[in-house]
Amino acid sequence: MKTILKNSVWLLVAILGAAAVGGIALHRGESINSLWFIAAALCVYALAYRFYSAWIAARVLMLDASRATPAVRLDNGRDFVPTNKWIVFGHHFAAIAGPGPLVGPTLAAQFGYLPGTLWILFGAVLGGAVQDMVTLFLSTRRNGRSLGQMAREELGAIGGTAALVGTFAIMIILIAVLGLVVVNAMKHSPWATSTVAATIPIAMIVGLYMRHFRAGKVLEASALGVILLLLSVAGGGWVDHNATLRVWFDHEGLTLAWWIIAYGFAAAILPVWLLLAPRDYLSTFMKLGTVIVLAIAILMLQPEVKMPALTQFIDGTGPIFGGKLFPFVFITIACGAISGFHALIASGTTPKLLENEGDIRMIGYGAMLLESFVAIMAMIAATVLDPGVFFAINSPAGIVGKEAADAVATISGWGFPVTVAQMDTLAREMGEATLFARTGGAPSLAVGMASIFGSAFGQGLLALWYHFAIMFEAIFILTTLDAGTRVGRFMLQDMLGNIWPKLGETSWYPSVLFTSALVVAGWGYFLYIGVIDPNGGVNILWPLFGISNQMLAAIALSVATGIFVKSGRLKFAWVTALPLTWLVIITSTAAWQKIMSDDVRVGFFAAANDMAAKLAAGALPPEKAAVAPQLIFNQQLDAWLTLFFVVILWVVILDMLRVCWRYLAGKPVRPSTEHPHEPAPLNAQWVRD
Amino acid sequence: MLNKLKAFWRVVRRLSGDDAYERYLRHHAEQHVDEPPLTREAFFKQWQDGKWKGIKRCC
Repeated sequence: MKTILKNSVWLLVAILGAAAVGGIALHRGESINSLWFIAAALCVYALAYRFYSAWIAARVLMLDASRATPAVRLDNGRDFVPTNKWIVFGHHFAAIAGPGPLVGPTLAAQFGYLPGTLWILFGAVLGGAVQDMVTLFLSTRRNGRSLGQMAREELGAIGGTAALVGTFAIMIILIAVLGLVVVNAMKHSPWATSTVAATIPIAMIVGLYMRHFRAGKVLEASALGVILLLLSVAGGGWVDHNATLRVWFDHEGLTLAWWIIAYGFAAAILPVWLLLAPRDYLSTFMKLGTVIVLAIAILMLQPEVKMPALTQFIDGTGPIFGGKLFPFVFITIACGAISGFHALIASGTTPKLLENEGDIRMIGYGAMLLESFVAIMAMIAATVLDPGVFFAINSPAGIVGKEAADAVATISGWGFPVTVAQMDTLAREMGEATLFARTGGAPSLAVGMASIFGSAFGQGLLALWYHFAIMFEAIFILTTLDAGTRVGRFMLQDMLGNIWPKLGETSWYPSVLFTSALVVAGWGYFLYIGVIDPNGGVNILWPLFGISNQMLAAIALSVATGIFVKSGRLKFAWVTALPLTWLVIITSTAAWQKIMSDDVRVGFFAAANDMAAKLAAGALPPEKAAVAPQLIFNQQLDAWLTLFFVVILWVVILDMLRVCWRYLAGKPVRPSTEHPHEPAPLNAQWVRD
Repeated sequence: MLNKLKAFWRVVRRLSGDDAYERYLRHHAEQHVDEPPLTREAFFKQWQDGKWKGIKRCC
């Protein structure tokens, strides 16, 4: 009887899920209620978690709750600590969920709501969550080895080196593109700029508080910080209305980019306790708080999604980034569907905390589903805007024209009516001078969030909500920037240490300065080019980031597939080989198009040649001609970089296939580095509910 | 209800690392009785420096 009841509940979930997914896929009216998105997401996640992840856990990975985890065997009270599964879940989720799942879906909304939503749902349950769970499992069985170490030990030196180089390259591109998102949100906005600037001294106050004033009182210090942050949002409004102060914070994009570069360098060489650690606390609290409030607001308000299911831009003429629906929607949304970066968190840190192997399913698979849900909410927040408004905010001036009248004419001409008056009113409501050409996703998401929050909790505070959302995004983008620069520095020191050991000493100050400067110069260069590019650097940088992130995911899935085959689980290898094949198809196609396409908005070489021809013919206006040589060089560099990524990807794939072939042909392969079975201690504490 | 709130508060403290020093003292009392434990300041310094050695935050 009980089984029948259970089965019928799951049958109902399946029917509701199918109806909701079918509903959003087939709907072709004026607007569609966002509850359909929530229902579709929750049903898909529930079914996938209940059935697919359970099957993977039991049959493919054969999770063994009686096996002692590294945290239990090597408990040292510091990095190896057996920890309750909900606590590990919290840590793991906080670590994997950054600004990525907010920005990607917003940009991909140019294709309409449907492609991005489907990719977020099915990419996550069949790809991203599988990758996270399997990587977490493999690393747990290998004492918390990192992805790079596993690649080296299980496949060979080539795979290991490729993983290392790939990670470093992603870091550089990621920081540059996130920096660009912040710059576009702050340019000529004294309110946003002063609020974001205020987060720096606030983080320092919090850092000093928890280091010296009340050591280790993390919660007290964070509460103080959150209050100060909220005050800084209100204070920004005051600065904006103060004629003397506002000029201090009213800057061009380029000036702001230099400030961010200077800030990134300072953050990388300052001690972690002063800036990075406290900022991370603040951003984690803000992130969790805002995501929860956004979910409540969407459920309360049930806003209508006004973006059509598909727009004409699936043909590749999109204003935010060029390129057809296939493969670019899959490149644009990485975080939220499948993100290779997660494999770095799932190997290394999280495995050292697991108190029971059985927790791997909930933490690896479950946390990714939650991140995917964040991406769905970002998609809703971006698509509740009038499409005309969405495109006016996100289209760079180089595409739609610098003047407001030109921009609205172009956008209305696409069939998304919008007027200058409408944009002016909106900008005034949000406390901004203009919202045109704020490419990058943060401002349109902030407008979307502000209108949802405003309708749910009071219209009068729209400007406050807008700048709260900007601050919220900026604070954890800057956390990623700090943390990424520092990680990049460690990696670089590690690599350079092979050449000159002195450089590898992480506490030798000249080396710290030198390597930090190199890392900052690396992303600073791409940020600088992105800012001076009149077509908005997002068009160039975001696809590069997507390709590199998906490449890292492909490396993680290759390692997993190779290990499955080597350990005699060939018949289950499709679990990782399937998403791997898809990733190889989309990254290779995207890379091919970015390198070879004749379309100047897609192909890097085509863009470089086009600009060179125009420059030679004197067809460029003087301000464009001045930066043209740099842009031409950059396009060529980007083409080579893309080629480099795709070569690394194929090297790893072929290396994995070589190992699989050798195993299947009965030839010797590297032995498995899995730690032998040790029984978990029989302790009352381990008796599980 | 009160018990639930208390349990919630314990989870928040654990997640944020607010109780890290107390947990350290417990660990220390169990496993390293022979040496004196670190002071609160010294422990926190070590804990925080250790926390940021690798990739801790994602995109």
